[in-house]
Amino acid sequence: MAWTRDQMAERAAKELRDGFYVNLGIGIPTLVSNYIPAGMSVQLQSENGMLGFGPFPYEGEEDPDLINAGKQTVTEIPTTSYFSSADSFAMIRGGHIDLSILGAMQVAENGDLANWMIPGKMVKGMGGAMDLVAGVKKVVVVMEHSAKNEAKLLKRCTLPLTGAGVVDMVITDLGVFTIDKKGGGGMTLTEVAPGTTLDEIQAKTEASYRTANTL
Amino acid sequence: MKKVYPDARAALAGLLKDGMLIMAGGFGLCGIPETLIQAIRESGVKNLTVVSNNAGIDGIGLGLLLDSKQIKKMISSYVGENKTFAQQYLAGELEIEFNPQGTLAERIRAGGAGIPAFFTRTGAGTQIAEGKEEREFNGERYVMERGLVADLSIVHAWMGDTEGNLVYRKTARNFNPMMATAGKVTVAEVEHLVQPADINPDHIITPGVFVKRIVHVPNAVKHIEQRTTRKRTAAPAGTGEEI
Repeated sequence: MAWTRDQMAERAAKELRDGFYVNLGIGIPTLVSNYIPAGMSVQLQSENGMLGFGPFPYEGEEDPDLINAGKQTVTEIPTTSYFSSADSFAMIRGGHIDLSILGAMQVAENGDLANWMIPGKMVKGMGGAMDLVAGVKKVVVVMEHSAKNEAKLLKRCTLPLTGAGVVDMVITDLGVFTIDKKGGGGMTLTEVAPGTTLDEIQAKTEASYRTANTL
Repeated sequence: MKKVYPDARAALAGLLKDGMLIMAGGFGLCGIPETLIQAIRESGVKNLTVVSNNAGIDGIGLGLLLDSKQIKKMISSYVGENKTFAQQYLAGELEIEFNPQGTLAERIRAGGAGIPAFFTRTGAGTQIAEGKEEREFNGERYVMERGLVADLSIVHAWMGDTEGNLVYRKTARNFNPMMATAGKVTVAEVEHLVQPADINPDHIITPGVFVKRIVHVPNAVKHIEQRTTRKRTAAPAGTGEEI
């Protein structure tokens, strides 16, 4: 029994700390907001120009002027502030956002990340992903461990990069890896999902990694 | 000097030329200058290069100018919501330059502030950096990006006075304030047109110096791209009493 999407999000939420400003990507990362511990102050940043946002509005209360970066209607909360795209990316690129949680197509053992284009396919664009991984203090990737039996944790990414040496942690349905992106200490398997074995992870991972002593 | 024009067509008169570079504010369909876009469509001006974070959706926003094939090139960060865009791009009729969203915002901010180039970590070591100058600062690689200036910027604001001072509403602000600074000429459409002193000077986001022309759009129709809601689980306390 590997982790479900919700369990992966719940695991990612353990990286939150009181007082954090956090940017969540689309997909599983969005689910992380359901697991913010009670009593912990976490402000969510939406790169279209909003800090501190609430749940979806009640039917009939949608406001076209109030959306998140996924273009979904959202709501204001007492701590909300609005700002321009330039100020938004000053927060992101200036290192003022504590944590970015996002999805990926591929991650390499040196922290390289690919999540924006597949050559030969219609490219939609990188949006704010390149800025987030280059500027946010800690970058956590949440993704399926492999896609259609193809490994996504690789020695080197084969797809065009979103960022070089940018990922600090990868949470998959099978376990958790840390990456020493600055120190060159490589990738370490630190947690294994219940019902998963070290052998299964080894078989589904192309990247080289060491296994933490605690496992 | 009068900045207020009677309609969008009059506000753009004499400004449109084939092959020009236009910046258009908005994020998705939020805060887009839709009335001005409609007037550009009706003008028939073509071979446009348009700087905008997205490209509208089919039939709405910049989608209007794609349908009429008036756009030659887009500079954007994400264009995933437009089928016409994909068709024209795959047919080789449309050029796209992808910029990371923060780089796009900063290129516009820099252009408006007279800054020709700047260095950023964003994109270092990726194909975005190819062909661009790189420098190392404090042991990290940075990519040089150029400031952007437009022949014409079109922006949408919630409120404006007759001097061109603008206030935006909620997340409809997005790219509009930077684009207002980066146009050789900036035309603003405003939902509420008021007199000077009707806006608290402390609340003005875009000072009127950046805005040359204004048009009042009191009946602007706003669109929602992804309508997401939650159900009311229970009636709030103290309601539901029948008389």
